[in-house]
Amino acid sequence: MAVITIDGIQYDVDPKLTIIQAAKLQGIKIPHFCWHPKLSVAGNCRMCLVDVGNPRRNRDGTLVQDDKGNNVIDFMPKLAIACSTPVGDGMVVNTKTPKVVNAQEAVMEFLLINHPLDCPICDEAGECKLQDYAYKYSVGQSRFEFDKVRKPKRVELGPRVMLDTERCIMCSRCVRFCNEIAKKPQLTFTQRGDHVELTTFPGVQLDNPYSMNTIDLCPVGALTNKDFRFKARVWEMSATETICVGCARGCNTKMWVRNNEILRLTPRHNPEVNDYWMCDKGRLETFKWVNSDKRIKAPMIRKEGRLMQVGWDEVAAKVASELRHYKKSEIAALGSAFATNEENYAFVKLMKHAGVTNIDFMRHIYQGDEDDILIRADKAPNSAGAKAVGVHQEGTGLGFEGILKGITEGTIKALYSLDEHIAYEPRMAAVLPKLDLFILHASVENETTTYADIVLSTATYAEKNGTFTNFQGQVQRIRPAVAVLENERALNGFSMSRLDKFGSHNDRWTKGLKRDARAIWRTSSRIAGALGAKWKYTSSEEVFNEMTTTLEAFKGMSYLKLSGYGMKLKTTITKSISVPV
Amino acid sequence: MKSNGQLKITHKKDLSFFEKLYITEIFKGIKLTLTQVFRPKFTRQYPEERWNPPASFRGRPVLVEQDGVERCVACGLCARVCPALAIEVQASETEYWKERYPVKFEINMLRCIFCGFCEEVCPEEAIVMSKEYELTFYSQEEAIFGKDKLLVPAEKLKDRLEFLRKYR
Repeated sequence: MAVITIDGIQYDVDPKLTIIQAAKLQGIKIPHFCWHPKLSVAGNCRMCLVDVGNPRRNRDGTLVQDDKGNNVIDFMPKLAIACSTPVGDGMVVNTKTPKVVNAQEAVMEFLLINHPLDCPICDEAGECKLQDYAYKYSVGQSRFEFDKVRKPKRVELGPRVMLDTERCIMCSRCVRFCNEIAKKPQLTFTQRGDHVELTTFPGVQLDNPYSMNTIDLCPVGALTNKDFRFKARVWEMSATETICVGCARGCNTKMWVRNNEILRLTPRHNPEVNDYWMCDKGRLETFKWVNSDKRIKAPMIRKEGRLMQVGWDEVAAKVASELRHYKKSEIAALGSAFATNEENYAFVKLMKHAGVTNIDFMRHIYQGDEDDILIRADKAPNSAGAKAVGVHQEGTGLGFEGILKGITEGTIKALYSLDEHIAYEPRMAAVLPKLDLFILHASVENETTTYADIVLSTATYAEKNGTFTNFQGQVQRIRPAVAVLENERALNGFSMSRLDKFGSHNDRWTKGLKRDARAIWRTSSRIAGALGAKWKYTSSEEVFNEMTTTLEAFKGMSYLKLSGYGMKLKTTITKSISVPV
Repeated sequence: MKSNGQLKITHKKDLSFFEKLYITEIFKGIKLTLTQVFRPKFTRQYPEERWNPPASFRGRPVLVEQDGVERCVACGLCARVCPALAIEVQASETEYWKERYPVKFEINMLRCIFCGFCEEVCPEEAIVMSKEYELTFYSQEEAIFGKDKLLVPAEKLKDRLEFLRKYR
């Protein structure tokens, strides 16, 4: 270990680190633009300049000491950049001396010479590093009296990313990201001096599957999200920490909501799962259907060929009576890899109570659509979790193929499926009309719902508490960001923006659309009640706490413990786990 | 009443002899009334005779329209600074050089407290306080002013714009 002194305080640090890394570990912030913990060091923004001194040594390597017995420190004649200077034993680093502050102010003045001062127009305003540092480390004055260099604005770098070349401060984070993380060199700089321009290589677009991470990396508003451009100000939205449902990776994300509508997703740091990144597909395609007009707004029962809206009491009673009506061997149940662990658990428990043994869930494996960065072939977020809570029980009943065969042959007459577009599988779509009874949890109207006899409106992943288990067995929390009819942002612990906090019920921007959709554990608990079961759940956490006592794999977990990076399942996923009734 | 840290108790003065007589006081009153009758009148015949406020007056906030388009770039600072949350802005992209414009700009006049913070914070001098003070509505919905009611040509707001340049 090396002992270094930062701003007069001694720290024991790993000698392999650079000053900025060591300082970060100790919670000392050194301003920087181009440095990023997961990218190579470029050292071109010069914002992290610090005053570095090393102890003076004699010829024999011993330290020189002054009269008082203190080490003599020789400071470097010029400031050094903290991002590429490795720490050394006895090193002294000053980050707040007048010399350093002067340098920071000078760097900011240089950066702002050609940077347009149009923050009111720029989308980055509010989450802009340059804007923040202009307040913290700049004098707020420019001595530059000449015309700024004009460069192209609104340059389409790729299908999802827009570039404003004038705003670029040439930190090269995006270039390095494409080279090092996405492994697709697509961006580069051309020209020299203040005429440097970010551009794509000739004939190439910024279209790699991770291209939108460059937008998050960009410390200014040069790279913007085409999908989100000018949609909302950062401070108008609430940000909820949740998980992406695009594939079995389960990237940690932040969900940005305004007026009860999801506007964008951004990645959140989790070293166990996704580091700082997420793929473009997960970012763009996993939330729009939550806002869709096709959402099912209330539970429905098919009467005279048409789905009619009914109340929850009626629908629960109807499901219970239908489940009693059929022989146990005639009923099949499908869990879902899109539902949370808690929901699948409650569903399994309900099916156990009803005596149904044919239970499995649909797989969503797209062989070939994967890479060794983040994207997984399994396109459902909770396949491992569904297995772990016992949705798939080998030996005791029919599996997915068996259920399919059973429906075709007519031995299975009733199907109860969780929120899943099962008609997407052509073989399933072909046999669904043969069913006498098809009970479906659904959140969006699609082909599957056209076959359903009973539709239980279901909350999407953005509207409920719960946990997903990713392919590594990492159990991670999802949190509600969009309010449904049964909850209120303020009362149910949602993250809130200023508008949510201070708006009243007759303000148009606080209402949004609320749908009468419920989490599956809640509906299952209600149907179980209608079937005469003794158990009842009032919250997702209650279901999870029961799981930690009944399932070996979840032992020792709690929502509080999962709130950070999540926890790994205790055991490898066992083939069959018994769930008490 | 406090003086020297001690509570000082004052009594109401007893009426003098002439005050007790009452009749003298009546004549004093009548005299005051009669003198007022012959003085110039202050009353404004309001609906017929309207008041034109000075440039410093803070009437309802309006959006400045210049060359047929709003100056506003929908930065949302007015909405952020508004202590009463009266302003709602929805930005969008425009082909015009300034890139950004408000596709929706609404001020809820029932929430507005005429503080002028929106005008003060505006980096584009796009929202200013007008001289309009006559605001009546029949319903809550009617009180939400959209761009149709908010946009006012810059020529009509000359007074206020000059005032702002001079004193800000």
